[in-house]
Amino acid sequence: MRANAVEVTGVSRVFPGRKGREVVALDDVHLTVSEGEFVSLIGPSGCGKSTLLRIIADLDVPTAGSLSVFGKSAHQARLDQDYGIAFQQAGLLPWRTVSDNVGLPLEVHGQSRGSRRSRVAELLELVGLADFARSYPDELSGGMQQRVAIARALAESPRLLLMDEPFGALDEITRERMQGELVRICAETGAAVVFVTHSIPEAVFLSDRVVVMTPRPGRIIDVVDSDPGGSGRRDDEFRDAAGFFHTVARVRELLHGGPATTTGQAVPAARGVETR
Amino acid sequence: MTQGITKLLRLLGRVLLGALGVLVLVGAWEAYKALGPDNGVVVGGNTILPRTTDLAMPHVWDMLTTFSDPVNSFSGSDTVGSVVWSACLFTLKLAAIGWGIGVAVGLVLALLMARFRLAETAMLPWIVLSQTVPLIAIAPLVRRWGSQIHLGGWVWSSENSVSVIAAYLAFFPVAVGALRGLRSPDATHLDLMHAYGVGWWRSLVKLRLPASVPYLLPALRLAAASSVIGTVVAEVSIGLRGGVGRLVIEYAQSAGGDPAKPWAPIFGAVAVGLVAAGAVGLIGLLCRPYRRGETA
Repeated sequence: MRANAVEVTGVSRVFPGRKGREVVALDDVHLTVSEGEFVSLIGPSGCGKSTLLRIIADLDVPTAGSLSVFGKSAHQARLDQDYGIAFQQAGLLPWRTVSDNVGLPLEVHGQSRGSRRSRVAELLELVGLADFARSYPDELSGGMQQRVAIARALAESPRLLLMDEPFGALDEITRERMQGELVRICAETGAAVVFVTHSIPEAVFLSDRVVVMTPRPGRIIDVVDSDPGGSGRRDDEFRDAAGFFHTVARVRELLHGGPATTTGQAVPAARGVETR
Repeated sequence: MTQGITKLLRLLGRVLLGALGVLVLVGAWEAYKALGPDNGVVVGGNTILPRTTDLAMPHVWDMLTTFSDPVNSFSGSDTVGSVVWSACLFTLKLAAIGWGIGVAVGLVLALLMARFRLAETAMLPWIVLSQTVPLIAIAPLVRRWGSQIHLGGWVWSSENSVSVIAAYLAFFPVAVGALRGLRSPDATHLDLMHAYGVGWWRSLVKLRLPASVPYLLPALRLAAASSVIGTVVAEVSIGLRGGVGRLVIEYAQSAGGDPAKPWAPIFGAVAVGLVAAGAVGLIGLLCRPYRRGETA
């Protein structure tokens, strides 16, 4: 049996706060992401969704609990380049052309220029930016920059893609188009995705499962399946489907403190979540 | 094609504006000399504007013709122009060496401070403090220490002392500017490098050094200006012959007989400064891709 892409077991992360007051960013989180599965983490600011992503990426370490990425430690998985990562800011290096930015991970891992070139061309084709290979990031729109960042994340053909609100800074129209692109790219690459977002429709549209989190302390309150139904395709038709609205409503309900938690306490209404 | 012409026109415009600036200065000088009172503008016993006599304010024209005058009355002696020219080259050479040493030292210090927090806390205050020591005070010390250095056949010369003193001024802006530049990458960029699992040196080459270029270029220009000032002052305080600094002192003594003459080495020093700054500007042109962030 192949190992799951991500297995998070009882992970907590406590930040030492000011005046000795500790901030519990994550509290006893369990999460499993299978190979090729698209999982979104959604919740209001401070629910620890980004922290969870950073822990999976080994950019942060848990204070308790354990996790494995493809059956190894997160540290080893990072060194083995088992995942690609994209952030809210595209984070392109302004002095490099688009193709040099996409090729950056290959370059720092010592791939020759020749073998890089064909891979970079392939990736630019994938994200639809083949004509902009020699442009500089400041000549591109925000959406295009983000597509370059996604191409860069895919450069080493990772089986896991970690995305921290990659479309958060884009306008609604660009955002919907990028979501469609991402669905296509994921289908083509077959990579598992952990996707952090503020937007409920975005999470429902993209993901097989939506992980709903609450803050103080950061916990997972529920996991909602999002099934595109009939055709099995995530396209504009799905955006208009009854099942889509039903799932959006379900996630919204959870975020706004509908059901009781295990302790029988009502979850306080979540603020800072986009419900559009 | 049209783009090339627009660029050329813009360049021409900038050259004209620069020339206009100089002309305005010359005009102001000559206008005050023509219109101002001989004894200067005096308010309540304090002279607030200088005398306008030929002794205090020679005509700009006289200052320029000095360059073609012979240095002294011996027949066959060099012109002032050629003496100032070779003094400028001498000073420029020492300043360039000083700049090179200063930039190297500044970069090494910045790298150390960027790599180790401890190094920054330990060194940065001293680096700032070093610039408060008057140059005149350290010049004789450098010469005395230097004269005790004998490496094989190589003997420390006064020229070396001058360059070291120039470097003493030049390293400071580089150390501070480079440190800021090396610290300038975004958190996202640093996370990215961490995610790639690359070490500090690799991310230095791929990320921190290129990112520091926009901070480094002004620092290098400042260092060039500082090293020229340092060289001239050091030449004076060490008493080294051959450079512009010494010439300024020498010609000032003949101001009584030929008031325009002391201006020749001063113009020379200005020219050295301009050339030094211009050379650094060329470095900036070579680094253009790394400066995209400045406009973006």
